[in-house]
Amino acid sequence: MNAGERLTDANFPAHPEKATLEGKNKFVGFWLFLGGETVLFATLFGTYLGLRNMHLDGPSGEELFSLPLVFLATMLLLTSSLTSVYAVLSLKQNKVRSLQGWFIVTLLLGLGFLGLEIYEFIHYVHEGHTFTSSAFGSAFYTLVGFHGGHVLFGILWISTLLARNWNRGITLANAPKYYLFALYWHFVDVVWVFIFTVVYLMGKVG
Amino acid sequence: MATHESHKKRSGLMDWLTTVDHKKIGILYLLAGGFFFLIGGLEAILMRIQLMEPDSKIFTGELYNQLLTMHGTTMIFLAAMPIIFGFMNAILPLQIGARDVAFPFVNAVGFWLFFFGGLLLNLSWFLGGAPEAGWTAYAPLSTVAEDTGVDFYVLGLQIAGAGTLAGGINFLVTVINMRAPGMTFMRMPLFTWASFVTSGLILFAFPALTVGIFLLMFERVFDANFFNADMGGNVLIWEHIFWIFGHPEVYILILPAFGIISEIVSTFSSKRLFGYSAMVFATVLIGFLGFMVWVHHMFTVGLGPVANSIFAVATMAIAIPTGVKIFNWIFTMWGGQIRFTTAMLFAVGFIPTFVMGGVTGVMLSVPAADYQYHDSYFVVAHFHYVIVGGLILGLFAGLYYWYPRMFNRVLNETLGKWNFWLFFIGFHLTFFPQHWLGLMGMPRRVYTYMSGQELDGANFVSTIGAILMGAGTIVLLINIIISASSKYATTKDPWDGRTLEWAMPVPTPEYNFAQTPLVRGLDALYVEKAAGNGEMTPAEPVGEIHMPNGSILPFIMSLGLFISGFGFIYANWIVAGAGLGLVLITMFLRSVIDDHGYHIHKEEVEADIKGGRA
Repeated sequence: MNAGERLTDANFPAHPEKATLEGKNKFVGFWLFLGGETVLFATLFGTYLGLRNMHLDGPSGEELFSLPLVFLATMLLLTSSLTSVYAVLSLKQNKVRSLQGWFIVTLLLGLGFLGLEIYEFIHYVHEGHTFTSSAFGSAFYTLVGFHGGHVLFGILWISTLLARNWNRGITLANAPKYYLFALYWHFVDVVWVFIFTVVYLMGKVG
Repeated sequence: MATHESHKKRSGLMDWLTTVDHKKIGILYLLAGGFFFLIGGLEAILMRIQLMEPDSKIFTGELYNQLLTMHGTTMIFLAAMPIIFGFMNAILPLQIGARDVAFPFVNAVGFWLFFFGGLLLNLSWFLGGAPEAGWTAYAPLSTVAEDTGVDFYVLGLQIAGAGTLAGGINFLVTVINMRAPGMTFMRMPLFTWASFVTSGLILFAFPALTVGIFLLMFERVFDANFFNADMGGNVLIWEHIFWIFGHPEVYILILPAFGIISEIVSTFSSKRLFGYSAMVFATVLIGFLGFMVWVHHMFTVGLGPVANSIFAVATMAIAIPTGVKIFNWIFTMWGGQIRFTTAMLFAVGFIPTFVMGGVTGVMLSVPAADYQYHDSYFVVAHFHYVIVGGLILGLFAGLYYWYPRMFNRVLNETLGKWNFWLFFIGFHLTFFPQHWLGLMGMPRRVYTYMSGQELDGANFVSTIGAILMGAGTIVLLINIIISASSKYATTKDPWDGRTLEWAMPVPTPEYNFAQTPLVRGLDALYVEKAAGNGEMTPAEPVGEIHMPNGSILPFIMSLGLFISGFGFIYANWIVAGAGLGLVLITMFLRSVIDDHGYHIHKEEVEADIKGGRA
């Protein structure tokens, strides 16, 4: 069978994302890539932990952070992880319209999160907490900004993926791509859970 | 969609720019890495000329610092690693019976990223001066340097490092998913095992370097304050991040050499490798321990006796699996029918030389003693014994061994022996006296010394040795040029090989194996030879073979990052943005253009088999 062919319910494999060698390779390769990404964020977290109290004359994390806002952002991102799970469930059931719908919800929630983050950063800059104001500033914007950059990349990725495959149904070629995006999105979400804990909660009470 | 017609045959330069064939990419890595090896070697000889006499004034001050920085950076990132990647690309898929690597396109991206990163770094010589903060680029030395040298270091390494990471993931997936039927993990040749573990180290070590370099870049380009003590920063963060990457890096370098030596010692002793499973276990253990010893580069920082002791013990522990390997190589030779080809000479020369580097390594791992050795020529002698005496001898061995498979020619053995003896004697002349120079107090990284301190003689000998090493390398170049004549055309199995890379005709068909081989034991080809078959038993009937299409996108993608690198170096955001835009556009094109490759028809494969070409 041709990998670009639309799958029917009759020939739909149990794991369309791993039904070809190419799909299997992508699956394993992407898990490994996420392992490397873990080291990347671990290094950023380590740097942040070493510098988080070095705010000099500027405002400290405790003075800056507003938990209600961050809580809202967290809820948006956690919910988007859930909706991407629904999209993957639709993938496994060969329901392409439902997959598209859930991924669009995921995309919109991601955009909402990004909007809140931009609002938050602008607010901080007005408070005198900038990238160059102190070591704390540099470490904060680098860690949280790297995560935000990952969210932005994910949004571009899923937009391209949806647009390109809009009328194609689910195929052995695009199933691994949808699946990998969901993996990526969960990873970005897990990193945020750590940021919420290490940066915001520990910043408030630690 | 996946039609045969969509396949364009390209030739000449375009073929090399667009290739996704692991064999060609292996050759590209080897050529580019070899080129940078010559540049790095030239820098070393210039430094040794400066140090030949006391109070010499040929290359002083900043210029010497630039030579020193570029020698280290070039040799590690642009020579040693790419040459290793060259062998991994050319040989690893063949050794496991695969038709290609898991991600041929990504493989090409990896090569071009390395190439453009290395090019960017070396262009610094012509654009305001090379970096001068040492290959370790310690802050604040690297953050306060005002010219653009360190910016070239930062951007060049960032681009090249991304390519390395892509290559590492690629080899991991290749080994996990693409082994031929019967090729279980415990039947894999040791070079494949070593490459597998090395790729794992790359995966978990390089992201730390990526972050470290980003921090340094932000500090220099965007005025961040990670390492600026006045603004609450801490220079030790750089040292930790650098060595969390940097120590696994030295095992990334040496493990493939261990793999190459294992293949060669076994082949030329005509014996199965002694203690195969112990060798595999030792390789994995070295890789694992390599992540928990980084503080031994920082003993004199003052982290306290507890931290220093823990890292000292972890460091000493690495001597155990390494010792296992040394004994296994010796026991493999014991009682074997040894053939002293050039490859075997390099392998045999490797063993005692590497042991000497290992012994000084254990000496350095004692923190109290390290306060004496630290930053002296003793350290320089140590790491050159393990990297040149270990890795580079291993790479020379691998080159002579695999040259027939990669280039369809054998290298001349007489010239090969000249190459070995000149390089080997030159190496020991260069670095053996440096142990004493260090113990007598000569600091590393300093461009001169005064006369009358008993440092003159050893420095003079050291320079003579360096020139001999250069002469050995020139012999190799002559050998390569001569081999281009068809006189030394090879047969498919010139060394009576034991592993799968010798099972195909020369030149290797573009699809490697016309039929995927069935592996029936360790040393898969030897098993068949011993059973009287002479060649591999196929695991599948002759059929259509699926191949990936070549693409120019990897080249353009890397070119985009190269352009944006200049933008960041000169703080020109339009150029930086345009370069990154080019990268995004190529990524976009890659994802929207369907490319399912093409098929080689069964009839063509059958014709190849009939004609002895497959």
